Amino acid sequence: MNIAVLSGKGGTGKTLVSVNLAAAAKESVYIDCDVEEPNGMLFFKPDQIIKEPVTVKIPEIDRKKCIGCRKCIDFCKFNALAYIRKNVLVFEELCHSCGGCIIACPQGAVNEKNKSIGEICSGISEHVKVFTGEMNIGETSGVPIIKKLLLTAGKQDTLYTFIDCPPGSACTTMESIKDADYCILVAESTLFGLHNFEMVYKLVKFFSKRCGVILNKCDENIINPVESFCKKENIEILGKIFYDRELATMNTAGLILSRTSEKYGSLFEQLLQTVVGKI
Amino acid sequence: MKQLLILSGKGGTGKTTVAGALIELSKAKALADCDVDAPNLHLITKMQGQFATTPFYGMDKASIDQKRCIKCGACVDNCRFTAISDDYVVDPYACEGCGVCQLVCKYAAVTLKPFIAGKLMLYKKNKLFSTAELKMGSGNSGLLVDSVKKQLIKNSTDEKFAIIDGSPGIGCPVIASLNGADMVLIVAEASVSGVNDMKRIIKTARRFQIEIAVCINKYDVNDVETKKIEKFCTKENLLLAGKIPFDKKIVEAVNKGVSIVNIGDSKAGAAIYDLFNNIKTFFAV
Repeated sequence: MNIAVLSGKGGTGKTLVSVNLAAAAKESVYIDCDVEEPNGMLFFKPDQIIKEPVTVKIPEIDRKKCIGCRKCIDFCKFNALAYIRKNVLVFEELCHSCGGCIIACPQGAVNEKNKSIGEICSGISEHVKVFTGEMNIGETSGVPIIKKLLLTAGKQDTLYTFIDCPPGSACTTMESIKDADYCILVAESTLFGLHNFEMVYKLVKFFSKRCGVILNKCDENIINPVESFCKKENIEILGKIFYDRELATMNTAGLILSRTSEKYGSLFEQLLQTVVGKI
Repeated sequence: MKQLLILSGKGGTGKTTVAGALIELSKAKALADCDVDAPNLHLITKMQGQFATTPFYGMDKASIDQKRCIKCGACVDNCRFTAISDDYVVDPYACEGCGVCQLVCKYAAVTLKPFIAGKLMLYKKNKLFSTAELKMGSGNSGLLVDSVKKQLIKNSTDEKFAIIDGSPGIGCPVIASLNGADMVLIVAEASVSGVNDMKRIIKTARRFQIEIAVCINKYDVNDVETKKIEKFCTKENLLLAGKIPFDKKIVEAVNKGVSIVNIGDSKAGAAIYDLFNNIKTFFAV
C-alpha cells in the first residue's frame, strides 16, 4: 500500500514522519519526492547506492537542413527557440520537451538529444529500501524526475511504501499523490500551519483520497488552531507529536528517532498501527 | 527600488517570520510574497483595506470538439504528457498547453483555450503589497512569481526598498524570484538537512551574481551544525548576518498574527534586530 505524506508547506515535519514510519515498519520502501531539496537520504544514510541519471529530450537543430523558415519558433509556446544570426537557438531551460518543433519543421531539421536534469539514487538502510530523486541546480522543473522515481520505486514488492511529497499543492505534489492509497497530512500547530493545511486538504479531497492528520510541534499550553479545525470538520487526527528539545536535537543531527529512541520508537510504531488500521 | 529577497531552500525554516520582522524594523513600504503555493506573509502584515484582484492566466489548455473529432488517435499518440484520455477528453492538470495536439489534428477538432491558473492581489493603501495564489495543482508558478514582482515594480512610485518573501526549493518559482533582487538573505536552520539545503540554494543564487547574506535560525538547537554553517560562511566569504535562537514566543506571535519584534521582550526579536543592523547599510535604510 502506498502512503503519501503531505504538508502544504515545508518544515512541518513531512520528512520526520515519513522517515520514521518507514523505519518503524521495518521492511518498507521510502521514496523522497522532494527532488529540489531531498533530505531523506541524510537520515537513512543507505548502503549499496545505485545512481541513475534522469534525462529529458531537448531539440537539436541540423544547420545543414534548416532553411530558416521559423515554423518551429512560431510553434513553440514556451519561447524555447529563437532565430538569432541566421541560426535557430535552443534555450534548454525553457523547453518542455513536447516534441512539437520536430513535427512543425517541414525540413526534418530538428532532432532530439538527451539532457540530464538530475538523478535517481537508491540504496538500502537496514530493511528499508530508500529511493530519492535529486534535481540538478539551475533546472526549473522536477516533474520528470518524480515521474521516473515513482515508476522505478513502484516496482518493489513491499507491503508499505511511504512517499515523502514535495511541499505545496502544485503539479509536483499532484504527481506524487496520484497513486496513493492513503494520505497523511502533517500540520504545524500555528495559524500559518492551518492556512497551509487547508490548501493541501483541498487537494486531497479533490483526489478523493482518504486521509488523516498528524499534528506536529504541539504545545499543551497553546490552543492548536489545526486541531480545532479538524474537530469541526470531522477530519481524523491520527496522532500528536509534542515539541520536545530532545526530539529537535536528534532530528537536527540527522538521526532516525524510531531507531535511536525507545520513547519515539514506540510512538511511531503506534502511529504506524493507527495508519494501517485505517487502510 | 532595491530588493531584499528572503530564501531558504526549504520551507519552514523561518523565512516568513524573518521577513515579517524585517518589514517592521525597516518600515519597508513595498512588499511581495513570492511563495505562490502557500503564501503566508499576509497573515502577519495586517494589510488593511481593499485589494485589487487580477486573474492570472497560465498556459492555455487544449480542448477537443467531440463533434469534429473522428478519434484517429493522432493527438493521443503525440501528446508527451499523456493528457488525453482514450475517449478524447483533455485532462487540464496534465495538459501543458504545448499545442502539439492542435498541430497534429487534421480535422481542426482541437483548440487551445485560456485557463485561469490563479489570481494576483495588490494592496495599495498604506503599503504596497503584491501577492498571489496559485490554483491547486497548477503549474507555471514561475510565471506567477514573475507577475507578482512585476505588479510590485509597476505600481511603485517612490519606494526605495522592497522586501520579498521567497518560495521554497530551487526550481522555477525561486529562479523567477531571484531575477532583479539586490540581496538574498538565506535563512538556514541549524540541522543536517538545513546545511544541505542552504548549500543548494547558495549555488542556485550564485548563478545570478547577487549579494548573499546568511542567517541561522534556531542556532542553539544544534551547536555542531551551527558551527558548520559559520565555517562555511567564512570559507565562502558570505556575510553571516545573524543568529536567531529557538524561541517559543515565535509561535505566540504567529498565532496572534503579529511580528516577533512586536511581542515585547523576546530573544528571537532581539536577534533579528541585530540582523537588521547588519544588513541595513547595504540598502541604506
